[in-house]
Amino acid sequence: MSKRTTIDARGAFCPGPLMELIATLKLVQIGDEIDVLSSDKGSAIDIPAWVGKVKHEMVEIAEETDHWHIVVRKIK
Amino acid sequence: MTEKILIVGGGLAGTIIANGLCRQLGKELRANEVNITVIGNNEQHMYQPGLLYVPFGRIREKDLFRDQRSVLDRRVIFNVDPATKIDIASKSVVTESGAIFEYDYLVLATGSRLRPDTIPGMEEGAHWFYDLAGARKMREALESFDGGKIVVNVNAPHKCPVAPLEVTFMLRDYLKGRGLADKTEITYTYPIGRLHALEPVANWTQPEFDKAGIKYETFFNTKSIDAEKKVILSEEDSSIEYDLLVTIPPHNGSQVISDSNLGAGGWVPTERETLLHEGTSNVFVCGDTTNIPISKAGSTAHFEADTIVDNLSSLVTEGRMARKYDGKVFCFVETGMNQGTYVWFNYVTPPNPGAPSQMVHWFKLAYNRLYWLSARGLL
Repeated sequence: MSKRTTIDARGAFCPGPLMELIATLKLVQIGDEIDVLSSDKGSAIDIPAWVGKVKHEMVEIAEETDHWHIVVRKIK
Repeated sequence: MTEKILIVGGGLAGTIIANGLCRQLGKELRANEVNITVIGNNEQHMYQPGLLYVPFGRIREKDLFRDQRSVLDRRVIFNVDPATKIDIASKSVVTESGAIFEYDYLVLATGSRLRPDTIPGMEEGAHWFYDLAGARKMREALESFDGGKIVVNVNAPHKCPVAPLEVTFMLRDYLKGRGLADKTEITYTYPIGRLHALEPVANWTQPEFDKAGIKYETFFNTKSIDAEKKVILSEEDSSIEYDLLVTIPPHNGSQVISDSNLGAGGWVPTERETLLHEGTSNVFVCGDTTNIPISKAGSTAHFEADTIVDNLSSLVTEGRMARKYDGKVFCFVETGMNQGTYVWFNYVTPPNPGAPSQMVHWFKLAYNRLYWLSARGLL
C-alpha cells in the first residue's frame, strides 16, 4: 500500500523545496508519493525538470491561491 | 514536586537551552522546583564550523574543543551517557549505561550525522571535512596533492549549507598559494539546477566561479563512486573523473531517533513555529534534529534554542507558551581566505546577501572565538 508524505516547504528559502524533495525521496519506498507544498513559483519548473532527469513520476502539479502542490511518485 | 527538564544532546542547541533555562529559572532551581539534565555523547564540545579550516591548516585543533562541563552552567546535571531509547509514551529515556531518565519536559537536540556509507564507494573514494577524522585525512591528501582534477561534490541533505561554497573558494586560494592553480581544475557539483539552494547566493556565485575558472555541474546527485577508476556517477546519468574528490556526504538524524521510531531518517516531525514535536505538548525539538524544511545550521539551532528557552521557562512559571519561532537563519559565507559576506532570512523575509568584504571575514574569524559565548547563552 503506497504512502503519501507531505513536505510543507512554503516560505522555505534554504535548502528549498527541491532539495527537501531529493532528501525525502531517500527515505520513502518505491511507489510512495511525496506532496511538496511550495510558495516559490520556480518549484513548478525545477521540480518537474529534475524528476524528468532521474525518471521518477510526476503525478500532479496544482496551483492554489498562494502556493503550489507538486506530487511526485518514487519509481526507482 | 520537582519538574524535570531533560535535554538529549550536548551540542550547540542542547547547550544553549540548558544554559538559557538556568538563567531564566534561577529562583525555581534554588527552590528545587525544577531540575535540568543534559545527556550527551561526549565530554568535549566541538565548534563544528572550525572544521572548515582544518584541511588548510588554518586552525589549531585545540581551538575546536572545550570541556562540555565547563561550557554548561554549573547548575545543569550533565551525564556523558548516550541515549539509546526515547519513549514518549512513558516519558522516559534509556541510556547506554542502562540508566532511565524520566522527564516532565523533553528537548530533543540530537543533531545529525554523516552517512557516506549510503552511497556505494563514497567511504573508499572521497574525502570530507565534516568530522575531525575526515578533515585530517583531507589535510593529508591536500598536502600531497600536486595538481590535477578536484571535484567538490554536494549531496542532500546536509548541514551547513554554505560550507561547500566556502571550501571551494578556500581551495582556490589555497592552490594559488601553493602555486598549483594553473595545474588544477576544480569542478563543483550541486543537487539542484543552480549552484546553491539560496537563489541570491547562487546568482552571486556563478560569475565568481566563472572568473576563477571553477567548472560546475548542477542537477548532480551522487549515485556511486568508483574509487579505483576515480569516477563519480550521478543519478542523472552523468560522470566526472577526478584526482581528488571532496564530498559533502548525505546526512541522517541520530541513530537513537530512528531506533525510537521518532522520525524517518532520524528527523523528528516538528511544528515550525512552536518547535514542539508534532502531537505533543511537552517535547521540544531543536537544531538539525527537526524535520522542518529549514537550513541545518548552527544559527538555526541558536535562534530555535532561544525560542525554546523562552517557551519552556514560560511553561514552567506561567503554564503557557511565550512566543513563536520566526524561522530566522543567519550564516556567514567565507568567499576565500580573506573575504566574506553573510546572509539572513526568516519564514517571510527572503535572503539578500551583501558584497563580500574583509571586515565580514574578520568578524567571522572573531566569531570562531565568540561562539563559546553563544554556547553559554551570553551572545
